[in-house]
Amino acid sequence: MLKKTLFSLVFMLGLGAATAQAAEHYVIDTKGMHAFITFRIQHLGYSWLEGRFNRFTGDFDYDEANPSNNRVSVEIDIASIDSNHAERDKHLRSERFFDAKKFPKATFVSTAWENHGNGKATLKGKFTLRGVTKDISIDVSQIGAGKDPWGGFRRGFVGTTTLHLSNYRMKEGNILGPVAENVQLWLSIEGVRQ
Amino acid sequence: MPLRNDPKRYGLVSILLHWTMAALIIGLFFLGEYMVDLDYYHPWYQKAPDLHRSLGFLVAALLLPRWIWRLINPLPVIEGKPWEQRTAVWVHRLFYVLIAGAVISGYLISTADGQGIDVFGWFDIPAVFYGAENQEDIAGELHEVLTHILFLLALLHGLAALKHHFIDRDPTLRRMLGPGERRSPSSLTNVTEE
Repeated sequence: MLKKTLFSLVFMLGLGAATAQAAEHYVIDTKGMHAFITFRIQHLGYSWLEGRFNRFTGDFDYDEANPSNNRVSVEIDIASIDSNHAERDKHLRSERFFDAKKFPKATFVSTAWENHGNGKATLKGKFTLRGVTKDISIDVSQIGAGKDPWGGFRRGFVGTTTLHLSNYRMKEGNILGPVAENVQLWLSIEGVRQ
Repeated sequence: MPLRNDPKRYGLVSILLHWTMAALIIGLFFLGEYMVDLDYYHPWYQKAPDLHRSLGFLVAALLLPRWIWRLINPLPVIEGKPWEQRTAVWVHRLFYVLIAGAVISGYLISTADGQGIDVFGWFDIPAVFYGAENQEDIAGELHEVLTHILFLLALLHGLAALKHHFIDRDPTLRRMLGPGERRSPSSLTNVTEE
């Protein structure tokens, strides 16, 4: 009995070690800035306004053999919002939009990775913004992976999703109304294997 | 009415500078308070800040000439007790510092991303110092604090003028209102700035 338990314990540990080895761990290259979190929202319904978050950190695990082990987590510094117009950015950081003082971070923690083959996948996870956590899903495509010229190994993806402003209880969101309801996110993520 | 000050009264230039800047600064304070609460679809959402920036430039443009004019003109005798005279001198110095601070911090908000400031559509003031980390937010908080202190000081200044007029019955307020009669100063102590 004890032998059996021990055996299964050892087996499980071995399996755990094996899977841990199979999943590669990556840190998102925000030092060399080969990663971008950009958003697009319509202005009055007449045009697209584009901006990005300049500071964030994150990492991901990638398991080619067993993609269900893939996971991603990202933390975004809200105050780093940049729409190329200082007064607008100030306004966006204020309590009328992001309230960056009260809610300095937005986070994404993945819960599932659904592989569709050919480097395509759906990444599901919990996204927290302004203290509101929502389940979101991101369409992911792998762009490429391989050795870099400096002795490292890199892997990059692009992700797209659409967020709904009304979910995040921004005061000004109610005023902007339906034309500003949908915010498209375009995420370009390059990880350096550890 | 003389253009220059003499030891008994203010000249026309000082009086005009004083009241023009008083009107601008009080107007800017209320315009500023009003505009920051406007919602995005309000017809004044763009006009009010445009006007605020342009009027702010006028204050900046008048401040240096006013200071120079103050330095090259005699200062009329300050009425009141020695502590009142000392306070008056320091309040006026503080006014210069606060006005300069308000103007500079306001300029640093609007130009934080390198965009210039358009003055009444006449010309553009270029951005000189920009791109500092969260410049628009830091400058914004400074602008709010400085302008509120400035407004309180202006209130104190106005109350003090009324006190001189109605309680001390000295010519402090009258000589800033216009020509007035020539009246020998009630005090011979002439407190001047070094």
